[in-house]
Amino acid sequence: MNKKALTQQIIFWTFRIMSIMVVIVLFAILYFITIRGAQAISWDFLTKSPEEGMVKGGIFPAIIGTLYLIVGSLIFAFPIGVFSGIYLNEYLKDGKLKSFIQLMTNNLAGVPSIVFGLFGMALFVNRLHFGDSILAGSLTLGLLVLPIIIRTTEESLKSVDDSYRLASYAMGATKLYTIKKVVLPLAFPNVITGIILSIGRVSGETAAILFTVAAYFLPKLPHSIFDQVMALPYHLYVLTTSGTNIEASRPVAYGTAFVLVFIVLVTNVIANLIRNYFNKKYKA
Amino acid sequence: MSQLETKNLNFYYGSSIALKNISMAMQKNSVTAFIGPSGCGKSTLLRLFNRMNDLIDGIKIEGEVLIEGNNIYAPKVNVEGLRKQVGMVFQKPNPFPKSIWENVAFGLKVNGIKSTSEINDRVELALKQSALWDEVKSILQRSALQLSGGQQQRLCIARALANEPSILLMDEPASALDPISTAKIEELIYELKEKFTIIIVTHSMQQAARVSDRTAFFYMGELVEYDETKTIFTNPSKERTTNYVTGRFG
Repeated sequence: MNKKALTQQIIFWTFRIMSIMVVIVLFAILYFITIRGAQAISWDFLTKSPEEGMVKGGIFPAIIGTLYLIVGSLIFAFPIGVFSGIYLNEYLKDGKLKSFIQLMTNNLAGVPSIVFGLFGMALFVNRLHFGDSILAGSLTLGLLVLPIIIRTTEESLKSVDDSYRLASYAMGATKLYTIKKVVLPLAFPNVITGIILSIGRVSGETAAILFTVAAYFLPKLPHSIFDQVMALPYHLYVLTTSGTNIEASRPVAYGTAFVLVFIVLVTNVIANLIRNYFNKKYKA
Repeated sequence: MSQLETKNLNFYYGSSIALKNISMAMQKNSVTAFIGPSGCGKSTLLRLFNRMNDLIDGIKIEGEVLIEGNNIYAPKVNVEGLRKQVGMVFQKPNPFPKSIWENVAFGLKVNGIKSTSEINDRVELALKQSALWDEVKSILQRSALQLSGGQQQRLCIARALANEPSILLMDEPASALDPISTAKIEELIYELKEKFTIIIVTHSMQQAARVSDRTAFFYMGELVEYDETKTIFTNPSKERTTNYVTGRFG
């Protein structure tokens, strides 16, 4: 083999190994979590509250809490994010204001989540007197995922071919009608990508809920949006760092991690199915 | 009265002038072809007739465009209403990624027609007018993107016709199509002029000669010559026109 071909081979394998490493890391995590966590899973584990200083019993309140927070944060972030995305791409002309809003959106995405948590505590918990509650936590998490939803909405609208807009205008449709009936349905599958990413982010977020909603131990379900809840990532944190008996609660911690990863994977799969359904609906 | 008329029309993109002092009139139920080299302003003029240029920033219009005597650039004109009256077919077939039926019904729904039977009737009529009905009547619910390029373009014509416009603008409607599909479109244009006033922008001199009653030759934003198609192609009065139609430039 000559020198040139050898160099080609080396570079090719470098690329290949680097990309395979990503897959290996993901599978390693899944394997690790499954091996240690799957054995903790039982019907009781999924449907009961923690017992005996959180070393026995289940994680039902934390599962429900996390689901509440996913739904709650999306109720705030989805409409605001989608409307902002529409405004940015369909209404706002290129210029200083648009670049400024885009820059700010990117900056918002870069703010550490613990800072969101502090801000949420100052504004929602204290100033607005929501207290540690689902409402305060959902608003904080909503702010956290807002930039993701804005950017993906904007990008998906941008990818809709202009010829469809022109065709609609030429038929006498107004701008609003065109957005509603032509542009949004075409962009929708990609908007869902933003939702997928947001769900993943919300369900795993710990710092942002630390001061705004998460309960250390609360073996009953919430009655209103002003109640506190347990949440899977925070529960995991508590079990691993500050439980009454950390060694004894290890299996519960891995079980919790397993459930958390499972929820994220399942929501991803469901959202992907929805996206593919809408993508295929009219295309060839 | 002419169906469509321009008076001393100037058009600017920013500070550069794209159309200079265009005055011309188009008669009802006739086909007018706009020819000229790329960038001569023929498509720009076409898009002035349904105010599609309004969507571009920094444009300026001087003079008048009259449809049946009414200036469509008068302050109180309803642009959406105008576009229902002046249909448009684009260069590249652009059916919506929806069913065939929904594509044709689109304009009717825009107009607020709710009755399914009325929509069905008008969809059928528009598809018959665009000579597509026999090919698609059994597959109306199928995606429009499954049709061939030529069928897609006739579907776009049907979509425009469903609005019952009086004028139909066609911007190089056959330039993306094969010769057989092109022939079908040309045949269709010939039939449609009984009901509609058609203006077609084309790069093909043969096409202009085949389908149009009158031809306008544009060069560098000016209307060089506008006359009976036969005259333009056999006995033009300007040397530039002669050079262009005989293929010496452009």
